[in-house]
Amino acid sequence: MNILVRYQGSTATLSPTGFIDEYTANDFREKLNELIDSGVRTVELDMAGVDFMDSTGIGVLLSRYKIMKSKGITMQLSHCNRQVDKLFRLTGIYSIIATR
Amino acid sequence: MEISNYCNMFLSGTTANVAFARSTVAAFCAPLEPTLEEINDVKTAVSEAVNNCIVHGYQGTSGEVHLEILLFEAMAQVTVQDYGCGFDNIDEAMQPFFTSKPQDERSGMGFTLMQAFMDEVEVRSEVGKGTTVVMRKRFGQNA
Repeated sequence: MNILVRYQGSTATLSPTGFIDEYTANDFREKLNELIDSGVRTVELDMAGVDFMDSTGIGVLLSRYKIMKSKGITMQLSHCNRQVDKLFRLTGIYSIIATR
Repeated sequence: MEISNYCNMFLSGTTANVAFARSTVAAFCAPLEPTLEEINDVKTAVSEAVNNCIVHGYQGTSGEVHLEILLFEAMAQVTVQDYGCGFDNIDEAMQPFFTSKPQDERSGMGFTLMQAFMDEVEVRSEVGKGTTVVMRKRFGQNA
């Protein structure tokens, strides 16, 4: 899994590519942890390059979202493919994390 | 129902094999011409089932995952089996958001997603002997 991070002012855009499952989840978690500690106020998750995610990714996403929210950091999701979109709809992610 | 094709394999229960398992099942189902959404559903369910074997069945110890795929005229049956610790309360384990490992940031959605993405899911488990999940998906229902 490759994860590109771009910074613009107080916003960081995280663009993972590949799949997010048990094998790759720790890379995803670590990159989100880096952003939590970086001082940004908004984290945009551009999911365009993610071709597959399962519930392991959901667990990482929700736990990091809670930490970010407690620190006043906004998380936003964008460009989810059909598989990820269906996963997010079924698990209620869209009612918790904003999309743009 | 007549079986048109089948596949049986044993995988080392390592996280690197989760992607291999779901991709293998997807490729094997291709002759039934599933839609992209149908095949994504199967891949998601297989990923959840194999994850469970590794994370909950073997809990960091080594072990094998048995994967069986049976193809019928317009349906695939996928069986995912481990020989790990097993569990005794299937109803509790299948509740949404239930996880035996909350400290590991688990979503507890594994069985819920299997049920949501497949047409039928059967779970059998015995403490000390392992867990078997049988999932069926019919293709072409939305044509």
